Amino acid sequence: MSDSPEAKCPSSDEDRRGFLTKLCLGLSALIGAVITLPGVGFVLAPVFARPKQVWRKLGKLDQYEIGKTVSVEFKDAVDQPWAGVTTLSGAWLRRVSENEFIAFSINCRHLGCPVNWVADASLFMCPCHGGVYYEDGEVAAGPPPEPLARYQVRVTDGFVEIETAAVPLTTNDRV
Amino acid sequence: MLGKIWNWIDDRSGFSDVVMPMLEHVVPRDARWWYVFGSATLCAFIVQVLTGIALAMVYVPGGDAAYESLVYITHDATLGYLVRGMHYYGATAMVVLAVVHMTQVFLHASYKYPREMNWMSGVVVLFVVLGMAFTGQLLRWDANGVWSVMVAAEMAARVPFIGAYISQFLLGGETVGGSTLSRFFAIHVFILPGLIFAGVGLHLWLILRHGISEMPKADQPVVPETYKEDYEARLEKTGVPFWPIAAWRDVVFSTLMVAVIMGCAIFAGPPTLGPAPDPANIHTNPMPDWYFWWYFAVLSMLPPELETYIILGMPVLGAIGLFIVPLLSNRGNRAPSKRPWALATVIVGATAFVVLTIYGYRKPWSPDFDVKPLPPEVVRSKDPGIQHGAVLVREKGCLYCHDVDGFGGHRGPELSVIGDRLDRGELVIRINNGGYNMPSFASSLTAEELRLIVDFLLTRTDHPDTDAGEDKSD
Repeated sequence: MSDSPEAKCPSSDEDRRGFLTKLCLGLSALIGAVITLPGVGFVLAPVFARPKQVWRKLGKLDQYEIGKTVSVEFKDAVDQPWAGVTTLSGAWLRRVSENEFIAFSINCRHLGCPVNWVADASLFMCPCHGGVYYEDGEVAAGPPPEPLARYQVRVTDGFVEIETAAVPLTTNDRV
Repeated sequence: MLGKIWNWIDDRSGFSDVVMPMLEHVVPRDARWWYVFGSATLCAFIVQVLTGIALAMVYVPGGDAAYESLVYITHDATLGYLVRGMHYYGATAMVVLAVVHMTQVFLHASYKYPREMNWMSGVVVLFVVLGMAFTGQLLRWDANGVWSVMVAAEMAARVPFIGAYISQFLLGGETVGGSTLSRFFAIHVFILPGLIFAGVGLHLWLILRHGISEMPKADQPVVPETYKEDYEARLEKTGVPFWPIAAWRDVVFSTLMVAVIMGCAIFAGPPTLGPAPDPANIHTNPMPDWYFWWYFAVLSMLPPELETYIILGMPVLGAIGLFIVPLLSNRGNRAPSKRPWALATVIVGATAFVVLTIYGYRKPWSPDFDVKPLPPEVVRSKDPGIQHGAVLVREKGCLYCHDVDGFGGHRGPELSVIGDRLDRGELVIRINNGGYNMPSFASSLTAEELRLIVDFLLTRTDHPDTDAGEDKSD
C-alpha cells in the first residue's frame, strides 16, 4: 500500500477527483446538448423559417359587385393536412372598380380579434375592445393603434387572387 | 397475511422510518382553519392531473380533429361530460385557492424569515398555474379558443425586439394553423405540469424544512437572529403532530372542495363549446375565462399610448413585485393589525379585482351587433320623417353603441334625452365630426339622412308627451 500513488502523493487523489468531476460534468453537458439541441432546433424552426407567400384564387371576377365589401376565405401559405379548418384565413374584399380590389385583414390591429363589416354604417367594428375603422381601414374609434392591414390582390385570367400573408402583428407589420 | 405483506413493504420502502416522521412533524397548535388553503390547492391540482390524463386519452390535439374530439367527449363518451366538467371546475378551484392561499400567507406575513423561499417558489407556481388556465382555454379549440390564440400572439408581439419571434413560436408559424394547437397542447400537458410538480415539490420540502408558521401575534415580531430557537422552543411546548391532529382540517376542507367541483360538474356541466374554429368566420365574440375578465376590462379602458406598457409591464412588474416581497421585508411584525399597508394592499387589490371583473363582464366594451329596430312605442311618432330617422339610427350603427329608451348598445352615451342637451347644430357637428371614441359619419351619411337622424334625435327629450301630440290628435 505504501507505494501506491495516493500514498506517495496526497494531492494526486484530489487531482483524480477533480478530473473525474470535470469529466462527469463535461460528459453530462455533452449528453444534455446531444439530446436537447435537435429538439430545440425542431421546435424553433418555424420561428425562423420564412414561408414563401403564395397567391390563392378567391373566385371569378364577375362574382364581385363594384363597391361592395364581402367576406372571403382562402388557405394559408402553409397548408398542413392536419390543420383542418384552421388552415383557412379570412379577409374583407372590396371591388373598388372594374379591375381594382382592396382586401383588408380581418384581424383588428388592437389585439387581433376579427373585425365585422357593417355595410350600412360603412364601418369595420371589432367585437372585443371596441375598435372601429372607416371603410378605408383608417381607425375611427377605440384602441387600435394602426389602420387595418391589407393583403395584395390581383386579377389574373378572370380570377381574383389574394396573396397570403402572416398575421399582422402590431409591432411586426409584414402584410 | 396482510400484516406480513405490509411489514415487507414498510421495511423495504422505509415508510415508517422516513415518511411517517415527515407526516408527523410537529406543527403549531394554532394552525387551524386558516391553513387549509394550500393543501386544498394541491388537492385541486391532483384533480387536474387525474382528469387531465383521462381527457388526454380521448382528446386529439390536432387542428382538424380537436373540436370534434371535444364534442365527442362532452356528448358521447361515457362520463366524458363529468370528467370535462371536473377538469374545468378543478381549474377554477385551483386558481381561486392558490390566490386565497397566497392572500392568507401575505396577510399573516408567513413569508418572513426563514420562509422567504417558500413564498418565492409559490409565486412561481402561481404564474405557472395561470399559464395552465390560459393554455387550457385554448385547447377547447372552438372559435373563442382560436381567437384567444390570436390575442395571445398579438400581446406577445408587443415585447420589444423579440416579440415577433415569440408570437411565431406560439403560433408555430406565421398564422394559426396545424402547428399551433399541438404547441399549446405540449405546453399544457408536459411543460407547465412539469414545472408545477417541481415547484410544488420544492414548496413542500421547504415547508418541512422550516415548519409551518404560527398564527401571527402582535407581540411576537420576527427577529431572524433568534427566530429559529424561539420557534423550536414554542413548538416543543405547544406543538402537535401534523398527522392527524392538524391534518384532519385539511382533509375535511379538501373533501368539501372536491364535492363542490363534483357538484358543479354534475349540475352545471362543462363550459359550452362555441362554434367550430373557422378563422374565416368572423362572427364571434371572444371572451376569456372569468378569472381574466378583470384584465379584459383593463385592456378595454387603457389609452392606446399606454397599452403596450401595461400589457407587458403589468404581468412582469406584478410577478417581480410579488416575487421580491420577502426581500423587501423579512423581519418585524407579522400581525395584520401592525401592518396597515399590507392590509390596505389586500383590500384595494381585492376590490379592484371584483369591480373590474364585474365591469369586464357587464360593460359592453364593443358595439352590440344584435340590436333590434326601435319599436313604435319608443319612436312615439307617426311623422314618416321621424320614423325614417329612427330606422336610420339603427341602420347607420348609432344604436350599436347608443341606448335609446332601453334599446341599443351601451358603448357610447345614452341618447334617450339627447334632445334636451344638444340642439340641431350641435348634433350635426357631433355626428359629422365624431369625437372621442365615436367615428365621424360625414362621409357615410347623405345630407338628407343626417337631417332625418337629427330630426329623430331632437324628439328624444324629457317631455315625451309633448312629442306625442300627433298621437293624441288621432
